[in-house]
Formats: sequence, structure tokens, C-alpha cells
Amino acid sequence: MCFASKEMIYTSVLLYCAPRPCAFDQQAIFRSRRNKRDDDAMTDLWDGILRAFWLVASLDRDLVEITLRSLQVTLSALVLACLIALPLAAVLVVRRFRLRRATIAVLNALMGLPPVVVGLIVYVLLSRSGPFGVLGLLFTPTAMIIAQVVIIVPLIASIAHQSLRELWSDYHDLLISLNATPFQRITTLLWDGRRALLTAALAGFGRAIGEVGAIMVVGGNIDHATRVLTTAIALETGRGDFSLALGLGFVLIALAVAVNLCIHWLGQTERGGRW
Amino acid sequence: MKHLIYALIAGLLLATSVRADVLKLAVTTSFNNSGLADVLVPEIEKDLGIDLQLLVVGTGQALRLGAAGDVDAILVHARAAEETFIAEGHAAYRREIMYNDFIIVGPGADPAGVRGATRVEDAFRQIAAAGADFVSRGDDSGTHKKELSLWVRAGERPDAFSSWYRAVGAGMGAALNTAAALDAYILADRASWLNFGNQQGLSIVFEGDKALFNQYSYLPVSAVKHPHVQKDLAHALDAWLISAKAEELIDGYQIEGKTLFVFNAVR
Repeated sequence: MCFASKEMIYTSVLLYCAPRPCAFDQQAIFRSRRNKRDDDAMTDLWDGILRAFWLVASLDRDLVEITLRSLQVTLSALVLACLIALPLAAVLVVRRFRLRRATIAVLNALMGLPPVVVGLIVYVLLSRSGPFGVLGLLFTPTAMIIAQVVIIVPLIASIAHQSLRELWSDYHDLLISLNATPFQRITTLLWDGRRALLTAALAGFGRAIGEVGAIMVVGGNIDHATRVLTTAIALETGRGDFSLALGLGFVLIALAVAVNLCIHWLGQTERGGRW
Repeated sequence: MKHLIYALIAGLLLATSVRADVLKLAVTTSFNNSGLADVLVPEIEKDLGIDLQLLVVGTGQALRLGAAGDVDAILVHARAAEETFIAEGHAAYRREIMYNDFIIVGPGADPAGVRGATRVEDAFRQIAAAGADFVSRGDDSGTHKKELSLWVRAGERPDAFSSWYRAVGAGMGAALNTAAALDAYILADRASWLNFGNQQGLSIVFEGDKALFNQYSYLPVSAVKHPHVQKDLAHALDAWLISAKAEELIDGYQIEGKTLFVFNAVR
């Protein structure tokens, strides 16, 4: 990424220095749960909406921190997963090799991979007693990114493969008659199918941003180190503070919507004449 | 504007935080839920100048993390398991720091009549005899081990219980949520209970028996077995935990006017 260096520095500074002033005492917001004992479930829901609003309005420091970490982990995982999954999907469409069908079947099956299992496998590999223990990656955001990449690669590859296959049936004769090399075929498919691939990537983003099982195991939900929105929600649920958990949940939903809108806008989809 | 968004993404991807002197400490959910961690951790970080990272897990998982060398020290409450841990060479010693107590929480109507019991064994026997709903942690945590040992003391066999005994396999908070929803009895540590926000119709039905005391111990992971652990930091924390300042903070910690922990480290 070699563009806009001035803006980039500005934004980085903004990201890590700006979200500090908080007019409202965040401890008060996080602690107010003790006053609430007998409220029913619907009150929790309403309280959750109010808590979400105040957390966002006051730029609560902890909230900004875990939200940025959620974005950092999931977007990194998404970029890496796309770099693996999209070329893989194109290769599966264009090339005919022996284990092609088996690979596709396995990818489809792995879409339903339970995140906790992925988390445990990554944990065992990264543990100090495991094969990659010397790297010391366990309980860091990097470990969380690795786990999420494993979870979403099959999903993105399967969806991308499905849409590229249809595109390939249209392009097959043309590309063969032009005597395009396999590399040219793959790049053409990936470029002309970019809108469908965007959907595949967004599906991957959706699964990763809401995922809690794997990152809880490999990240450990450490405050100020590996806590993200979903693990914070699990923590507050465990503490019985449903309204704060719901408030964080609403923030998470809003974040997912915002990122999706942003990506659509950057990709110029859903515009007049092109939809 | 578009570049700004790209830059934002790039900034997020490139951002990495490298901090020196990180000590990873696995603690039990009950300790963290008590809120005492929120008091102690900032003081420890200030006094020792370290970044203390808490991994909040069950005692079973904490011991596993310690045995694998993934954390530098553990703070748990399950004596028998701790002694096995030391016997296997994962830690050189255990340091008793403080204790709190367990309580039996149950429905306000108290269908098993536990409030009248004088000893914890009687209370457990009455719940079993009445077949009243009972939620068990069932997650091999310190609280779960305590509960099982109390059933044995009462002469009951948990593996033979019928459907009124519900092992949920979850942390303290999640198990309390389940008990609140089922209006069931549950063994909980007092700190988690007082800090729990979803109490609904439940209340404390039995407390005070000496058998319900809950000893917390600190075990630094063996540097012989795992050379990469932060041995010096772990020992500095050990010294801090038995200091006069720690005693003051632990004994002074209260929720709703009730003292939760009693410092009992031997200096």
C-alpha cells in the first residue's frame, strides 16, 4: 500500500492519540451495573440501546480500544484470507487436476468448521509446548488473526468458486480461442468477477467479526492486549451484566454495517446503471 | 476521503504494540469476577513497573496453561490439583495468599429447606433428598472440584444423580445465569455472587461453614522446565502479593459493605 502517505501518518496519529478525551467517566458506565438487580429482560434490551448510545457518544476509551482491535484483527484476517482464497478459487475453476473435486468438497465441508476447534488446533500449535511455541505468538492479536484466517478461507474460497465457475462457463470459449495463458485466465476471471468476489469477502468479514470461540482460546481475552468486542460481550454476559453486553453487541452490529457500506462505496457497487 | 479510508485500514493493519516486561498471569474466573483484580492490577503495574496481563480461565485450564509454559504464573484455588502440579515439576512451590468463602445460593422459597441446615453436608443431603434443581459448574474448575468434594463428604454420588442435577460446563457467571433462569440451587463463591447483576429470585440460603473456605494460592511456573518464563517478574509479584500493601488492599476490599477476602499469607 503505497498511496497517501501524508494522510496515512495523520490517520495513524489520529487513531492512537485522539480517542482519549472522554467527557463521561467510563468507569461509571462500566460499573453502573451494580445498581440494577430486579430488572426484567425487556428493560435489559432498552438499557442496552441506551448504554450503546452513551458508550459511542462519549467516545469511551475502552470501547474505542476494543473496537479498533476488533477491526484490526478481522480486517487483517480478511486481507490475508482473500489473498489465499481468491486465487485458490480461480485455480480450482480454471485448472483440471486430479484432486480438484476432492478439494472442492473439502472446502465446502470446512465452511461449517466449529471456531472452537480451530481455536484449539491453533492453540496447540502455538503453545510453548507445541511446534511453533518458540515464536511466542500465543495470546497476541497475531494468533487471533491466524485462527480467523483458517476459519474464513474455506468460506470465501467456496463462495468465490461458485460465482467464478458461472463466469468461467461464459468466458471459457473466448479465453481459449485467444490462447490466454492460465495466469491470464485467472487474472481475467478475478478482475471481471470482482463484484461477486466482494460478496464472498463480505461473507468472510461477517463470520470473522462476530466470531468468539476461536479468539477466546488463542487470544485469552486479555484486557488492553487481546480483548475485542465479541470476547468483551462474552465476558459481560458471564458477569450477568446483560445491558452492557447488549450495548457492546449493538456497537458490533453498527460496526459491521458501517464496514459493509464503506466497502460497497469503495467498490462503486449499487450505483445507477451498474447494479 | 477515499484515500483517508484506505489509510485508516492500512494504519490498522500496520499497528502493532510491542511492550517490554509483560507478565502473563492465569487467574480463575471467580477471582476476576470478584472485582478484586480491578483493584490489585493497577497497583501492581504501578509499583513493579510491569504490564500484568490477566488470562481469566477456569482452574483446570489455568493449570494446563501453566503446565504448557504459556503463562508465567497462576493464581488458583484447588489445593489437591496444585499439589499435583508441583509434584509434576511445573512449579517449585505454592504460596497461600488469601481466602474467601463459598455459599449455597438458591430460590427464595427454598423448597429443600436448606436454610435450617447447620452443616454444609446436611444442606447438600437435603437438596439431593428433595431432588431440587441444582446447577453444577461441571467444568473442572476450582469451584466445581469443591462442589464434588462436598457431595462426597455428604455421602452422595454426583454421577448417579438424575435430571435435577444439571452440569452446565460453564464459568461461574454463566452457571449463575442458568441457575437464575431455572430457579435452582448452586454453589458459588461469595465474590462472584455479590458482583453478579442478574440475581432474579435467588438468594443466599446457606453460608458460614468452615468447610466452605476457599484458599487462593500463587504458583510461579518453573523456570527450570520452561526457561522462557519471566522468572524475575514472577518472583517480584510473589514478593508484592505478600507485602503489607497487598494485605491492606485485600482485607480492605468490600462490596456492599461486606469484606470478601481475608489475607493469610505467611511472610
